[in-house]
Parts: sequence; structure tokens; C-alpha cells
Amino acid sequence: MSIIVGENTKLAVSGLTGREGSFHGLRNKAYGTDLVAGVTPGKGGQDVEGTPVFDTIAEAVSEAGANTSMIFVPARFAAAAIDEAIDSGVETVIAITEGIPVLDMLSTYWKAKEKGVRLIGPNCPGVLSPGKANVGIIPAQFFDPGPIGVVSKSGTLTYQIGNELKQAGTGNSSIVGIGGDPIVGSDFIDILTMYEADPDTELIVMVGEIGGDAEERAAEFIASDINKPVVAYIAGFTAPPGKQMGHAGAIISGSSGTAQAKKDALEAKGVRVGESPTETAAIAAEMLRSL
Amino acid sequence: MDLLEYQGKQLFAKHGIAVPSGEVADTVDGAVAAAEKIGYPCAIKAQVLIGGRGKAGGIKIAQNVEEAREHAGAILGMDIVGPHGEGPFRVDQVWIEGGSDIAEEYYASVILDRGEKKLLAMVSAKGGMDIEAVAAEDPDALVKRHIDPSGFDAADARSIVADAGLAEDALDEAADALVKLAEVAREEDATLIEVNPLIVTAGRDVVALDSKVTIDGNSLFRHQDLAEIADTVDDPQEQMAKEKGLTYVKLDGNVGILANGAGLCMSTLDVVAQAGGAPANFLDAGGGSKAEAIVNALEVIKSDAKVSAILFNIFGGITRCDEIANGIVTASQQIDLGMPLVVRLDGTNSEEGLKILAEANLPNLHQEKTMLDAARRVVELAGGAS
Repeated sequence: MSIIVGENTKLAVSGLTGREGSFHGLRNKAYGTDLVAGVTPGKGGQDVEGTPVFDTIAEAVSEAGANTSMIFVPARFAAAAIDEAIDSGVETVIAITEGIPVLDMLSTYWKAKEKGVRLIGPNCPGVLSPGKANVGIIPAQFFDPGPIGVVSKSGTLTYQIGNELKQAGTGNSSIVGIGGDPIVGSDFIDILTMYEADPDTELIVMVGEIGGDAEERAAEFIASDINKPVVAYIAGFTAPPGKQMGHAGAIISGSSGTAQAKKDALEAKGVRVGESPTETAAIAAEMLRSL
Repeated sequence: MDLLEYQGKQLFAKHGIAVPSGEVADTVDGAVAAAEKIGYPCAIKAQVLIGGRGKAGGIKIAQNVEEAREHAGAILGMDIVGPHGEGPFRVDQVWIEGGSDIAEEYYASVILDRGEKKLLAMVSAKGGMDIEAVAAEDPDALVKRHIDPSGFDAADARSIVADAGLAEDALDEAADALVKLAEVAREEDATLIEVNPLIVTAGRDVVALDSKVTIDGNSLFRHQDLAEIADTVDDPQEQMAKEKGLTYVKLDGNVGILANGAGLCMSTLDVVAQAGGAPANFLDAGGGSKAEAIVNALEVIKSDAKVSAILFNIFGGITRCDEIANGIVTASQQIDLGMPLVVRLDGTNSEEGLKILAEANLPNLHQEKTMLDAARRVVELAGGAS
């Protein structure tokens, strides 16, 4: 098993005819993901290296059996594309696009909740289940199949930790990039819940960063609802207050939302927090050996 | 993107929220001319993106032209440090507005509640002071209520301001102001709007006497007027980075940092600090591996005179390390850094990349295999903490 994407994933890529969408969609296909459709309004009937393109996501569902939608649409149109995907009948929507206005995401978030659709992202690297399926832009070569579930706000930082886990001789059930925006479809708690229920996941690595209180909420949830061991890493200890660092989500105001506050909250609930990506991977590998 | 007080007030006025009329000035003479036009008493207010201006001496009341000249001269050019040690922020502009006859001081805000994924309205009868202190000492004095995504009308707003205990005869106007603040949030893509104080004048008018507004930077494509404000960044390095399309945040140290990805870059700052160094900046090179992007990034970092060594931390995912290595070699031919450059390349094609760098045998370039070793090395080369 794995979570969110796997052998049963049938993927439709919105934006498959674009430069980024085709590059990554075809990479996902080459990895073994079952890419069944592309979606671009007005380009229905075309194909991208043999994958049929439809005008709407609903057609990709009815004609090609898609159950997972990946959104690679430019930011100003992306919220509408996610809304379309939510209404199309797919179970999962993974939104890679960065730069979507946050208030657009407010209504989209609630729409996904109402319809019971699993939304990952936006502004995320996607989901990889090593050896099974890759939906997004995660470079799969740094991750082997194994018992560690990873959930992260950040892309490159996750690759760094994944590579160190691989060098330590272990691997991953899934890697989920939830995205660094202020409003994302799924947060740490949603993904922790899925890993807790996944028989292939024995240990969870959670990678957070400054801004918001998702890590603090996750700390409470881990104490009350998660029995599997969790190791955490938080980036942004040296970030100055009130400055934005790349991710819209990485904003701190006052004292709450700082890396130190998040570390303290996690440690207070017994979660070990690594000082660096290297130490985090080392702690995870060591804890796994003693399970 | 944060707006200055007067920019926020202009946005309020656009949506029909009452604000004192005033003018902005960037010279003493300009400020005096504005004061003469507005009349006395008038308030001369430093325009900086930080709270606690009053305590820092950045807000003064002038009773006559001599005082207007004296206060404008004192405020323009002063450095204001925030209540949590932020800054200092140099005052380049002052806002001059007519003095208000204050009967009551309230607090009102509309912010994006990330946790609940809704807009949150907050109102208190205890305005004009530090609202965090009010929330901590007397939590019942701050009424918080989520704004229903399907609509927020005068009746909803009235129940909030009434529960907050605002004066009975000000309720309708205060409710109207709150409805309009929510409208500003939705229509202008503001993720934070704070009015402290929202005053009731002696004539019982409700007026926004201050403004703190944060606009979602992702929304600027649909707000031409706000996008123009975003183009005015005062820090020279940040301005330069912006023109080159890089995400750069200036810090105080002497170790220049370049990494790919916001998370990895933040993590790089942390490990440099752990190694005893002081990062000079945050610079996310993104997926840029071309020589031009690397030259641009190095130029921005180098333009900060404090920097004495640079750490280049790359984990190649889709970006290939050999391309980055070629970019570094080309860049080093185009600019003379005049300081040590520590490079750590890992990930896709890292061995090829390291080989390219080794063969180029660049002076003052130091390779390290891991992030931690690279951080230690650059701190050593930079000469410790600044």
C-alpha cells in the first residue's frame, strides 16, 4: 500500500499540452504512472505522445476512466481548473501550480471538502509512491520503496531528506508535498491520518517551515491520534520576523508561527525534531532500526 | 505585500470607509505646505511598515506652522525600530492629516484565518492600544467571528460590533465600516486589514484613524494600482533582485547564501547560523541553472558590501548539477567575485557537476560534499560572525 497515488491511479493532466505539463506528465508516465488523459479546453481530439487530450476533465473521467487529476494550469486560471476537477468525478486532485491568489483557494478549499474530493496543494511538488506511481514534479530517483512516510511543505528540502534516507539504506511508502501556501487542500493532520492507517508505513517524517500554525496543530494531533513514531524537521530558525521568504506561507507575524515555537510544540508532545535535514534523516533511520 | 498607512487609507476611501483627509510628503517643505493647506491641529505621521510608531516618536501633532516644520524635520529621515526589534526602518515619507476630535477608540480587523480557512472579523471596544495585550489580558473584550463565505451583511456585522460593546449610537456606522472592511478583503485580495483605532468623533462619526493592510502578492495581476505600489521597494539589493526576477530577502550578516527552493534555502540559513555564522541574505535561485541566472544571483549577493564569503547550496532535482556547474564556470568568467565561494552540489548529476568544477580549477572556489561541511567552511572563510 501507499497513500493518495499508487497502482490504481489513472491520471489526467490539465495543462498536458503546455511546456511544463507535458514535461512532467510524460516523466510521470515514464515512471510507470498510468497516464490516461490530458485536458486542455479547445484541444480535445489531439494527443500528446499517444495520450488522448480532452476538452474537459469530466470527459477524461467518462471517456478515459481518470480518477486522479493533476493541475498544471497557469495561476490566474488554476482555481477554476481545480473547481472543474472537483466537479468532474475524480477522487483526487493534485495542484502543482504556484502563485494562486489565496482568496480563490478559500472557496475552492470548501468546495473540495463538500464534495469529498482529496485536494493536495496548490504550490506543491505532488505525491510519489516509490515503485508505484509519481504524480507531480518530485524527482523519483532519490526515493526507494520502504516503510517511511514523508509529508512536507517544501520540495527541495524533501528531496534532500529523501536522498539521505536512501543513503541510509531505507525508503518510503509515499512522499506527499502538501505545499507551502497559506491555504492548502490537505494539511499535516490529513496526511498523518492516512499514514496512520497505511499498513506499509511504519514511521512518519514531517517537514515543516515557518508560518501559520499547521505544525502546532499537528503536534496536538500526533499526541492524541498517531501511534506510529514521527520525526520532524522545521526550516526557518533564522528568518527575520515579518519577512516573507519565497513561499507565501512562510510569513511570521509576532511570535507565533516561528520555527522555535513549532519545534517547542512538537517536542512538548514527544516528537523528536532534527537540527538539520541530515540529522533528521539519521534520527528516522535509527528509530526505524529500533522498531 | 504590506501597504503604508496612507496607501491603506486610500484603499479604505475607495470602498467608502471614512478616513481623515490628508496628504503625503517626502520633504520638510512639502510637509509644511500640506500642513498649511490642511490647517491646525494636524497629525504628522511617519510612513513605515512597522507598528509602534507613536512610541518611537514617529507621530506628532502640530499646532502651528513652526511645529509642523519642527516635527516634519525630526520625523523625516529618522530610523524606527519595531516593538520586536524589527528594522530599523528609515522614514522617507510622512502623512499629514487633519487632527481628529476623538470620543472613543475601538479596534476592528478582518484577517485570513489559515487554520479555519475562513476570513475572521475581530472587534473590540478597547482600541488605541496593543491588541495582543488586550487579547491576552481580557480575551472577552475582543470579539472574534468568522465571516460566512456565502455572504456578510449589515446584520451580521451589527451583531459583532454590538457584542463587542461599542457605543449604542455608533453601532450602525461601525457595522457599516466592518462590512466595507470585509469587502476590501474580498475585492482587493487583502489577507490582513487592521484598523486601530477605529474612532468615534465628538460629532459621532466613525472614522478609520490608522490602517494596516497586507495584500496577497499572488493577486497583483488583477490589481493594477496595487501592483504599482509593489514596484517601489526601497532596499537597493531587494530592488535589484526584483528587477532580475529573483526572490531575495536581505539580512544582517556576512555570509551570502544562494540555494534552490525556498525550503532548502531557509534550511541553509539555519545550518549556517548553527555553524556560528550570520547569513547576509535569503536568495532562492529557483530552478534557474543557466549561467545568466547564476551571474544575476551572484551580482545581487555581491552588491551587499557586508558579504565576505558566499555559499552556493544546490540539491538538484529536475535541475541538473552539471548544468549548474557549467553555469558557475561561465559566471566566474563574467564577474570577479573577489571573495571565497563555497559550492555544495548534490542530487541529479552531482558527480559530473563536481568534476566540471574540479577541472575548471577556479581560484577561491571551495567544494564540499555535504550541507553541514559546506556551512562550516563558508563560516570559517567569512571570518566568523559579523
